[in-house]
Amino acid sequence: MSQVTMTVNGKAASGEIEGRTLLVDFLRETLNLTGTHVGCDTSQCGACVVHVNGKAIKACTMFAAEAEGAEVKTIEGMANADGSLGTIQQAFQDHHGLQCGFCTPGMVMSAAALLQDNPKPSEAEIRDYLEGNLCRCTGYHNIIKAILAASGQDADAIAAE
Amino acid sequence: MYAFDIERPATIADAIAAMKGEDAQALGGGQTLIPTLKQRLAMPSKLVSLSGIEEMRGICREDEGRICIGASTTHTEVAAGVEGYAALASLAANIGDPAVRNRGTIGGSLANNDPSACYPAAALGSGATVVTDRREIAADDFFDGLFGTALEEDEIIIEVRFPVPEKAGYIKFEQPASRFALVGVFVAKFADGVRVAVTGASEEGVFRWSEAEAVLSSNFAADALDGVALPGSGMISDLHGSGDYRAHLVGVLTRRAVSAA
Repeated sequence: MSQVTMTVNGKAASGEIEGRTLLVDFLRETLNLTGTHVGCDTSQCGACVVHVNGKAIKACTMFAAEAEGAEVKTIEGMANADGSLGTIQQAFQDHHGLQCGFCTPGMVMSAAALLQDNPKPSEAEIRDYLEGNLCRCTGYHNIIKAILAASGQDADAIAAE
Repeated sequence: MYAFDIERPATIADAIAAMKGEDAQALGGGQTLIPTLKQRLAMPSKLVSLSGIEEMRGICREDEGRICIGASTTHTEVAAGVEGYAALASLAANIGDPAVRNRGTIGGSLANNDPSACYPAAALGSGATVVTDRREIAADDFFDGLFGTALEEDEIIIEVRFPVPEKAGYIKFEQPASRFALVGVFVAKFADGVRVAVTGASEEGVFRWSEAEAVLSSNFAADALDGVALPGSGMISDLHGSGDYRAHLVGVLTRRAVSAA
């Protein structure tokens, strides 16, 4: 066992880890930040996407030890300071961008990373960026609408279903 | 996963020292190695993480005009940072998905030599040079069958140097579930000839299609390949496609890569 220290959602966080401890397990089991989900555990589904030093990564495919000293942001860090939903989260609610909600933390974190690099993405760019995030409920249309709306664009401009 | 220790050296010298231990395994971005460890297909006693070594990250041009990419440079960084070689930047921009590209590295991809990976086609198609902690290896001598390379057990890739062709194109036919190349073809036209590297198709891993290189070197046009075809024997046959299908795709994608160059 060894000690790892990082900043998670703006706060210092540390804990004991093994070499094989995945970042997602450290977040969920040591820090009790269970908003980050483990879907496939094979880096296919994207339910575990978090930001490490501002970049979206799959937390099931990175070791906790590799996040030593890093700035990590999870879905728990996406709400506003007063606890109300952040812009992207609110847009997901407004546009019914989730049904069961299992993939939603990863979808929101990927959307946030996309909008950080590309504040006004086209529908095609959004679909392309979400290539590594799987949703088995919504058929993606409402997720795309939510992200268009969160970027201040017309959500109804989406291609016909 | 079996238990192992993990070390995060900050310098190349420390990484070389850490690799001397028995059963030490270099860890690039981990996008292949971590799934492999989860399946218990590997049992290293120690992982040496190369992602924290700043001197192994970044892109520059050397005096001979080659583009030099540090082994720990991520696909995202290559996609955004390579100038003057659009086919290489675009190849990096289309590996896996954005989150995978933010972790996966060029050195990791080449050292793994997955038979369906994109980077081996770029390195072989460009005639790149793989620089390790102890020598320089030409791409023609580097790849050695499925998941095999010329690297010794404790050898680390430090940098990859790409000569810049006059024209180049890379087209892959994605396997839709894994997003790996079912077949991918990298074509590069240099002043002294054309190189064609094929990934995803052969049971021997990435290879140069010399027949196509010969005709394209005298006429760099898609229709120059009329009548030129690969046999299906020796091609990978699996539930995603037969050997004959893959051989056919090689011809189609080579034409498209030439047109795109």
